[in-house]
Amino acid sequence: MTISYYPGCTLKTKAKNLDDSGTASLTALGVDFKELSRWNCCGAVFSLADDDLLHLVAPVRDLVRVKEEGNTKVITACSMCYNTLARANMVMRDDEEKRYTINSFMEEEIDYNGEVDVFHYLTYLRDEIGWESLRKKVKKPLNNLKLAPYYGCTLVRPAEISIDQSLPKTIMQDFISALGAQPSFFPSSEECCSSYQIISNPNAALASSARILKSAVKRGADAIITSCPLCEYTLGKKQAAIVEKDPEVKKIPTFYFTQLLAVALGLEEDVCHFELNVPESRELLAKMNFV
Amino acid sequence: MTIEINDKTYDKDFVKKLAEISGESFHKCMQCGTCTATCPMSDEMDVSPRQIMLSIHFGLKKKATEANTIWLCATCHSCQALCPRGMKLPKIMEALRQLYLRGNENYVEPNKIPEDVIADLPQIALVSCFRKHTA
Repeated sequence: MTISYYPGCTLKTKAKNLDDSGTASLTALGVDFKELSRWNCCGAVFSLADDDLLHLVAPVRDLVRVKEEGNTKVITACSMCYNTLARANMVMRDDEEKRYTINSFMEEEIDYNGEVDVFHYLTYLRDEIGWESLRKKVKKPLNNLKLAPYYGCTLVRPAEISIDQSLPKTIMQDFISALGAQPSFFPSSEECCSSYQIISNPNAALASSARILKSAVKRGADAIITSCPLCEYTLGKKQAAIVEKDPEVKKIPTFYFTQLLAVALGLEEDVCHFELNVPESRELLAKMNFV
Repeated sequence: MTIEINDKTYDKDFVKKLAEISGESFHKCMQCGTCTATCPMSDEMDVSPRQIMLSIHFGLKKKATEANTIWLCATCHSCQALCPRGMKLPKIMEALRQLYLRGNENYVEPNKIPEDVIADLPQIALVSCFRKHTA
């Protein structure tokens, strides 16, 4: 059965390295998926005001598109899109009053009652493919590569939409192990990278990111993996600015988890778009003969 | 610091509006400070999340709304995950921001963000910032 793939705005431009490596890997894993037609921006963040339903319209419209295309599952690789879509879906499933208001407001659309299941890419790998099956499809095990799993906020909070209900969370570590790499757990793995504060309060934001980088380096990781383009920006692309501000921070390569998945599955390197990462990222893989 | 509290300093409308927008009951807070301890931004805040809760208890609108706290909150939900009273602090922070933004005032002015910064940022950074920090 076909599943819908929701890329989101950033994956079509700045985070092509998350999009292309992710979709190429799905194909290699034999997943029957189709990019959702006429998708729109999900809004990136979920509105927390009880009286604000307007900001639910964008993510709900995307879910309506999935239903319209006759699918019951939608998969996304972006953490922020996952969080927004999953929470909007919960409102439409569980809150009768809000569901009625939103459906009435969107009168040009078919009614939506939360019929679609929202998957993050990692949960799809775990629940629908399975780690053992993924392990068997790995052609180039990433032996001896120590990867720090960075969950950030939106994959795991609030609890009702967390991609892993276990304590401590293991989904990213299991993913890393399935690729033949070594998980390098670090205490800041679920700490906020500062998110959009990089615009509003850049100094405070860089200090938060510095703490996370220091923690990962201290635990001996070779690189950090993430699934969020904003985390990748604050922890990856802003590293030069962070090091300049705090010389105690040591640089560490960053990857989207899908890039390493594509490498481990033996896919062509061009789907990974390493040119969009900091140069140290590809250099690390080249040094270890993975690319 | 001494805070004067009496029937004139308690802003009833403010507390009522805040409860309406956030859907939260403030009296559940027992001032344990777990929110402050877990907040990754609390070092930079001039009023801690726990103190914000105390200010709301006392109906001190100015203290709660004029702190940089509400604008440093990145809605990471760490406080909510650990609150022993099950309070949803991110919703309260959002309600405080909304009280300001609904006065048609922006906290971040999109046209003041330099062009090279915009060109460098991922789209989700801009969308999320504008959703949380503009009217």
